[in-house]
Amino acid sequence: MMMDFQVVVLAGGTSKKLVPLVSKEVPKALLPVANRPVLSYVLELLEHSNLKDLIVVVEGQDAALRVGGWISGAYVDRLHVEVAAVPEDVGTAGALRAIAHHLTANDILVVSGDLICDVSPGAVAAAHRRHGAAVTAMLCSVPVSGPLESGSSSGKDKTKKPGCCNIIGLDPTKQFLLYIATGPEIDRDIRVQKSILRAVGQMEIRADLMDAHLYAFKRAVLQEVLDQKDAFQSLQQDVLPYLVRSQLRSELSLNGAPHTEENGHDKVVPGDNQVMLSQLLAKTSTPSFHELYAMGPNGSAPVRRTHKCCVYIASQDKYCARLNSIQAFSDINRDVIGEASHLSGYSFSAQNNIIHPSAELGSKTTVGQNCMLGEGSQLGDKCSVKRSVIGRHCRIGSNVKV
Amino acid sequence: MVQRKGSTRVSEDAEELVRVPLQAILLADSFAQKFRPITLERPKVLLPLVNVPMIDYTLAWLESAGIEEVFVFCCAHSKQVINYLESSHWFSLPHFEVTTIESHNSVSAGDALRLIYERHVIHGDFVLITGDTVSNMSLTQALQEHKDRRKKDNNAVMTMVIKRSKPSPITHQSRLGTDELFMAIDPYTKQLLYYEDKADHLKGTLSLEKMLLADNPSISLHNDKQDCYIDICSPEVLSIFTDNFDYQHLRRHFIKGLLVDDIMGYKIFTHEIHSNYAARVDNFRSYDTISKDIIQRWTYPLVPDVQFLGNYIAKLERQGMYRASAITSPVDKLNGELTCKLPETEPWSTSEVGSGGVGYIWSICEGGHEEEWRHSVAPTSADKLTEVMQATDDDLELTTQGSNVLLPSGELVPDSNSNLSEDDDNEDSRDDSVYFEKEVEATFLRAVHENVKEDHVILEVNSLRLSYNMTSADCAGALFYSVMKLALETPCNSNSELLKNVASVITRWQKLLKSYLQSMDEEILHLLYEKDILQEDAILKWASEKEGAEESDKVFVKQSEKFIQWLNEASEEDD
Repeated sequence: MMMDFQVVVLAGGTSKKLVPLVSKEVPKALLPVANRPVLSYVLELLEHSNLKDLIVVVEGQDAALRVGGWISGAYVDRLHVEVAAVPEDVGTAGALRAIAHHLTANDILVVSGDLICDVSPGAVAAAHRRHGAAVTAMLCSVPVSGPLESGSSSGKDKTKKPGCCNIIGLDPTKQFLLYIATGPEIDRDIRVQKSILRAVGQMEIRADLMDAHLYAFKRAVLQEVLDQKDAFQSLQQDVLPYLVRSQLRSELSLNGAPHTEENGHDKVVPGDNQVMLSQLLAKTSTPSFHELYAMGPNGSAPVRRTHKCCVYIASQDKYCARLNSIQAFSDINRDVIGEASHLSGYSFSAQNNIIHPSAELGSKTTVGQNCMLGEGSQLGDKCSVKRSVIGRHCRIGSNVKV
Repeated sequence: MVQRKGSTRVSEDAEELVRVPLQAILLADSFAQKFRPITLERPKVLLPLVNVPMIDYTLAWLESAGIEEVFVFCCAHSKQVINYLESSHWFSLPHFEVTTIESHNSVSAGDALRLIYERHVIHGDFVLITGDTVSNMSLTQALQEHKDRRKKDNNAVMTMVIKRSKPSPITHQSRLGTDELFMAIDPYTKQLLYYEDKADHLKGTLSLEKMLLADNPSISLHNDKQDCYIDICSPEVLSIFTDNFDYQHLRRHFIKGLLVDDIMGYKIFTHEIHSNYAARVDNFRSYDTISKDIIQRWTYPLVPDVQFLGNYIAKLERQGMYRASAITSPVDKLNGELTCKLPETEPWSTSEVGSGGVGYIWSICEGGHEEEWRHSVAPTSADKLTEVMQATDDDLELTTQGSNVLLPSGELVPDSNSNLSEDDDNEDSRDDSVYFEKEVEATFLRAVHENVKEDHVILEVNSLRLSYNMTSADCAGALFYSVMKLALETPCNSNSELLKNVASVITRWQKLLKSYLQSMDEEILHLLYEKDILQEDAILKWASEKEGAEESDKVFVKQSEKFIQWLNEASEEDD
């Protein structure tokens, strides 16, 4: 099932939100998190899932060169990566349009390069194939953000407030995405389409899930949407909501019939095993509300076109975060050393911190828990480091508290 | 009418709770006209449902659910109801006290509740139902949940009973003939957050307030629930009705008012029943459906072959036929007359409709005659279904998510299929001007017909102008339009007659027009000029303006060319 999936990693360029962390020398993809570039997390994840053919899309030629240089240095034997440069500020949809000619597989997995998570993309791909969906999005719980005061009053209740990123509407089985609101829309009233609600009967609306920007698209759907809707610039804000809104009134001319079978007239594309497999799966399972809606009166042949938008909800114990703001940068750094330490791939010392062997510590210097010292760093005397990450080759004077 | 003495107020300590008798309010008047013309002479609650008056089902259920005091509120045909109850055995049951409350000038459920509040007979939580409810649910669990919630939060004033029932996807009508219902319920606390039962076919979306998500972590939106119209209320409900004396309808006003009201913070909760039955006979279609449900024994023990106090026992035979024994029934045609379509129907002995349940029943319904098929008892015909489906397909369009701030999303609006619900502001302003014109015209016509003095008309039009935020020019335009329209409507044969008509009309209303006029364009300028309504300068200015205008506007210019020429000459002379 992993075959026939092409992976596109959207590594961005120099993001405006992350200035001054990013610069010409350090594009967003190479920002260090726990002393590793953030892109490396995505690449490691894909490598673990056996997805080795990637296209990394970077905005801007300089950034592309740097990213390409780093990748070829670090991953030369392990992954086969094509780095594609696209013009700046085209948005995620524009980036995909630019590389559309590279896309050949049946399904495309689009990952954002600033995603740090340990959810296997294979699970998302499997959910996508199972329903023959047009798009499958991965949702995760909203990460709590905000500084942790070490001396907060009530020990149990830390003053962390989850921000609201998306409003999501799901069906009762939590498999289909019925409503999504992103960006400025979340401050307005929630407007739900009656047709979708009528078709499904019951919809759950939540504000505690977030779009993790890991999508699986059917290639034909993606290309059709990108071609027809020139004005779409962002996958997350334009393409996905459009597909979700129009799922019962599909304007896509998908190759092949809608997912129900007509009695005796199977429109099976001969020789295409993957398609057959997914059609078989679709027939054996109970018809989803899309199929029921599409049918004419008395369950006759389908009269309306529908497409499915599925979701994969990451379980609570998985870590998932996106590096898209300065606050997120600090949080993720702390988390990767602390709670999500399995992601960083380092081993912890006895004091529950990571100190590189070549780091030098002065006398009476303490390094607290959940800290990380990069290689070649030197700390002076009487320093104390708590819950932070110190990069490589840093020199810190004496009497410094970090 | 003997009343049990009200018990002392319940104390906080659960063990020493003094028992308050469980009370119920039964509204024996539905305050609706769905069953006319039958209900012109008889009260709806006494109409037979499978040969038993509807109110018997309700009272039997209340008695079996453990209610001890029932207050039956009668308004329409109250004498018949009271006579029936008094002559029945309901008045002579131990542990079940039925008291009737009569009123002659209540027009809604709200009025009824206000009246009952004044009588001060309700002392605790009570069950509020109408006399046409058929149910076999047990109230203990719902009552317990209600009481527990009340202890924790005093603002939990009502618990509604709901049941799963998906409306037909094609006709959007529930199986009981009511329009589909949209509700939003918090899945953890079961609080009702949104309720919409009026079908608005023009709007393709429903709007939920964003504050709902701030208070509740997740909301469940439902289209598949049916409101059973069985409510467990706290005594506050009666005082809420008294405070808001314009609350008439239980759902449209009361529930919606409470949901929108942030100040008092009253909360409504729901209780869902799964295997029990509860339904209300609301219209002809539900009458048919519920009759069939009773015959098919969904409402056990309220079925024809079980005696639930006062019905005629029938024996259950094969194929769902019930046969009454000759002794107990005074009517002898109770053996199921098998109609070809429904072998298990129970023909009514004294029905106006006839045997069987199949056929069209004409009704005076609110929807008008096009909606007859919705309210009739017959199953909807196939071609009607396809017609409805096509109509909904045409209406059903992609609604884009409002006018977005982001440019790309904003450009989504001119989709080929985009709906009219976008750009609400534009629509509003367009609508407003149309409304304004219509209102001005209406005011003017009224003035004409009723010979209202001009000053009054001026006042009215001024107020309209202020409320619609229009300028005087708009007023003038609208008024002139209505004046001209009036002139046109009086029959005339030739232009000169038209002119004469207009002249007469304008003469009458010259004062009116004077107060709003700044500029006009019609060929009757001459007349107006003569009446000193219009000033020379204005006309000349208008002419020069129109020189640069389009062809259509120039028509008027041409027609008044002569007049303007004359004016010019005149003014030159003056100078």
